[in-house]
Amino acid sequence: MSVVSINGVTKEFKGGTVALQDIDLEIEQGEFISLIGPSGCGKSTLLRVIGDLIEPSRGSVTVNGKSARQARRDHDYGIVFQDAVLYNWRTVAKNVALPLELAGWDRERRRSRVDEMLDLVELRGFEDHHPWQLSGGMQQRVSIARALSFEPPLLLMDEPFGALDEMTRERLNAELLRIWEASASTIVFVTHSIPEAVFLSTRIVVMSPRPGRISKIIPVDLPQPRSAATREEPRFFELATEVREALQLGGHVGVPA
Amino acid sequence: MLLVVVLAVLWGLWEGFRALGIHYGWTRPFTVDATSMPHIHSMLQALFERPNAQGPLLIVTLLQAAAFTAKEAALGFAMGAVGGFVLGALLAHSRVMQRGFLPYVVASQTVPILAIAPMVVIWFTSVHVTAWVSVAVIASYLTFFPVAIATLRGLQAADHRALELMRSYAASPWTILWKLRFPTALPYLFTALKVSATASIVGAIIGESPSSIAGGLGGAILNFAQYYSFQPQNLWATNIVAAALGIAFFLAVVIAEKIVVGRAPEHVG
Repeated sequence: MSVVSINGVTKEFKGGTVALQDIDLEIEQGEFISLIGPSGCGKSTLLRVIGDLIEPSRGSVTVNGKSARQARRDHDYGIVFQDAVLYNWRTVAKNVALPLELAGWDRERRRSRVDEMLDLVELRGFEDHHPWQLSGGMQQRVSIARALSFEPPLLLMDEPFGALDEMTRERLNAELLRIWEASASTIVFVTHSIPEAVFLSTRIVVMSPRPGRISKIIPVDLPQPRSAATREEPRFFELATEVREALQLGGHVGVPA
Repeated sequence: MLLVVVLAVLWGLWEGFRALGIHYGWTRPFTVDATSMPHIHSMLQALFERPNAQGPLLIVTLLQAAAFTAKEAALGFAMGAVGGFVLGALLAHSRVMQRGFLPYVVASQTVPILAIAPMVVIWFTSVHVTAWVSVAVIASYLTFFPVAIATLRGLQAADHRALELMRSYAASPWTILWKLRFPTALPYLFTALKVSATASIVGAIIGESPSSIAGGLGGAILNFAQYYSFQPQNLWATNIVAAALGIAFFLAVVIAEKIVVGRAPEHVG
């Protein structure tokens, strides 16, 4: 059964902008799906429709066999934004514990889970720091720990590494793959970086703008687990070229980001 | 150290202006003489003299008056802060209420407190409320406004993404209010509380005269103002005590802010 099932989703914003047109997409358990495309192709909008943060104008989204709304109420997904969106008045530990608090976990359980999560993103020892004391990359790791803390079956990520420098981004890419393998969750990942999409994904969904639609779906057959060496394989470059060409066929390359 | 330097500079400016004014016989902006500008040391000295031969030292009288006024101001501040917060939260909650009521909230502040005070006193005396409580109500009239406006602004200041995160957790409006909107509003709220803290002293002092309260700083000011031409230093000494009380209130809010908002640099929202 698909984890996410998108059927004929169209989203028109007030004023007539068609952000998404007739999107159909099935996402299977354990997949790592990247949504890639130029600005304005609706990739972030599609992510938000899956998360029931935006309602589609037409069409339907099913998550784990439920409506997107019910899935959101059941805490079926964790979300990571481009900015870490940490609450500055909370310590690192309390930021990670926020969704657990809302779900009514008791203090003991929260603490042991937070410890586990901070181990996972290698931030043990920073429990009592406040967000502003961390680098951008560390903040984003806190935000990932927060999204994973309640073990959601689905992880939605909206250009999570877009604001980071290239080196930090590559390191976090590798870290994210490790976390994905360890947690066996399904990930939908929005990006506009071709190498990032190729390195991370099991399938790449190429989108084009005005109106936002899916122009091609490219399966990524690079072997798992992937490492820094993956980035140097000929197949990596072939796939990157294929994605680039698909983006160009979308006809909107050169649209300023 | 800085405090000492600043006080020394202010002292120097006062005494310097005074000396020059007297020496050159300045008449603008006002005639400088011992009545318009008493020596600072004579103001301080006046604190430790007895205005009446049988009475206590001036500073004892003034500290008692300050304690009395502080009681009124503290209650007024508390009522204004709570009332202002509740009002601001209600307005922040509903756009309709905001459009309907905000103009009147603003209008309330254009009515001078001197016009409100006698009415408040008459209402409260008619239901046998102690006079100092009606002074507190008058003070709260000045303090609720900044708090209401800051609460309204602060509760709506939460970042769009931070709200989206709460929505992704299917958080209830109540949870969003306490876990996100309220903490975001705190820096705004404390800025308003600082304004209100000093305004509450002003409100209490002004409220004392229509309530015929003689035991507070308002009473002392009226009293010494009558004898200003003979003993100007007494009124100045009273002003110093009133200013010190305002500073004490302000500092109390600053300390509360340090404790509540904690270690955040520069009011991190």
